[in-house]
Amino acid sequence: MHKFAYYAPQTVKEAARILSKNGPNSKLLAGGTDLLVQIKEHVKGPAPDYVVSVKNIRELHDVKFSARAGLTIGAGATISETLATKGVQEHFPAIADGTAIIGSLQIQNIATIGGNLCNAAPSADSAPPLIAYGATALIAGPRATRTVALEDFFTGPGKTVLKPGELLVSIHVPTPPARSGCQYVRHTPRAQMDIAMVGVASFITLDRKGRVADARIVLGAVAPTPIRARQAEDSLRGQEPTADALRAAGDIAAREESPIGDVRGSAGYRRYMTSVLVQRTAQAALKQAMR
Amino acid sequence: MNEEGNKPGQSPEEETMDTRSTAVTRRQFLIGAGAGLVVGAAATAGLQALQPAKPVEQAKPAPPVQQPAQPAPATAIVEPVSGAKLVKLNVNGLDYSLAIEPQTTLIEVLKRDLGLTGTKLGCNGSMCSACTVLVDGVAQNSCSLLAIRESGKKIVTVEGLEQGGKLHPVQEAFWTQMGYQCGFCTPGQIMRAVELLNKTKNPTDAQIMAHMSGNMCKCGAYPNILKAVQAAAKQMA
Repeated sequence: MHKFAYYAPQTVKEAARILSKNGPNSKLLAGGTDLLVQIKEHVKGPAPDYVVSVKNIRELHDVKFSARAGLTIGAGATISETLATKGVQEHFPAIADGTAIIGSLQIQNIATIGGNLCNAAPSADSAPPLIAYGATALIAGPRATRTVALEDFFTGPGKTVLKPGELLVSIHVPTPPARSGCQYVRHTPRAQMDIAMVGVASFITLDRKGRVADARIVLGAVAPTPIRARQAEDSLRGQEPTADALRAAGDIAAREESPIGDVRGSAGYRRYMTSVLVQRTAQAALKQAMR
Repeated sequence: MNEEGNKPGQSPEEETMDTRSTAVTRRQFLIGAGAGLVVGAAATAGLQALQPAKPVEQAKPAPPVQQPAQPAPATAIVEPVSGAKLVKLNVNGLDYSLAIEPQTTLIEVLKRDLGLTGTKLGCNGSMCSACTVLVDGVAQNSCSLLAIRESGKKIVTVEGLEQGGKLHPVQEAFWTQMGYQCGFCTPGQIMRAVELLNKTKNPTDAQIMAHMSGNMCKCGAYPNILKAVQAAAKQMA
């Protein structure tokens, strides 16, 4: 592998200082399942001369949940650690839908959700469910911290709002209100160890009369970043969630995306599957909401 | 495979190594002639034979990079590590102090520096899991771990499963059930199955398949791999 100097800071501030001092020549290392492959294969630009490990930064490894405060996932927590945290699978089933299919279990023992987000692949499976739950990202720089909605975090394939010297500290996810549900499903050519051709997360909250009070539909792998299907969401708000209404929402969502065609599937097939998956995930979300 | 066949996941040379004899095998000689950086703290006679003929580069004990137990003073200035750094690893029950450069992956240390060639490097990108080892009991891909970050950890490779000349039940089961064809993915499959059976007694077929799903077998020996894990589960129940 390309030689690099290695930093192991113990605080977020120190990490931010190192990153800003060394500029684009430095890369943050969380689990490393993406970064080490990129360094070995020289993809995504030249290999970095400085690698900054987050492993010794304790606060980045915390995963905390309480019904009141919601869920906070440290950017350095592994997928396995996150899924093993009490309350996560019960209150946020779609986070489990999206992260328990990332790579193999071996990868989930190493890889972090923070890394999946910062790598910013359009197909990142953790992003659509987190956006659907209304997650926010806490970002730290050398001098200050800021919070952005996760749906505004991505700016293009492999690109995020992180400025040089900034790092993702944690993801905060509010506890979903009563009468709500959320599911994420991805479509892949093979069942295991694959990359999403389309991934859809649907979050639905019902009012007391059983009509849709709120809907968030997030599409992955069909645009340069994960996107909200806002027109499809609008078509559902205030409506009875009938099969016809969901089918209409699926068709609208398919028109809101800009998919590429590649070895995993043509653009047309991705649009078709988007419509199908919006209906399926919305149905599952409704079932959860009506429990 | 008949009685004279190789043990799954081990080549004949490795069997010799596992007896920890003082005789230097061809493989050990070749490794020794290369530039290994082994500073064996608790090396047995067999492993001492792995040390290069040239004087061993004695890495000066420097402050370990990983000190999770001690928060840094607020004024600490973090200096980068470049060049070799002393890393302590426990591999298959033996303690090692190794001079390791930051970009070195765990599998490189296992195969190149320690001569433990049972672990296989497949895709080198976390896609095939042939390189699976146990790190503190958890199955991880050794191609995707920087060795410098694993300081203080207990590593178990396929060579570490056998106890007193007796194969681990999972090794035995892969052998008797022919849970392989070419055998390249087998050490990774075995380590993955060992992790499962350490945690789960009598797993269902669905649990086995879900657990083993990240380990690719290009020969397609999956039905026999399932049989092997089932058989081992019975032994270990």
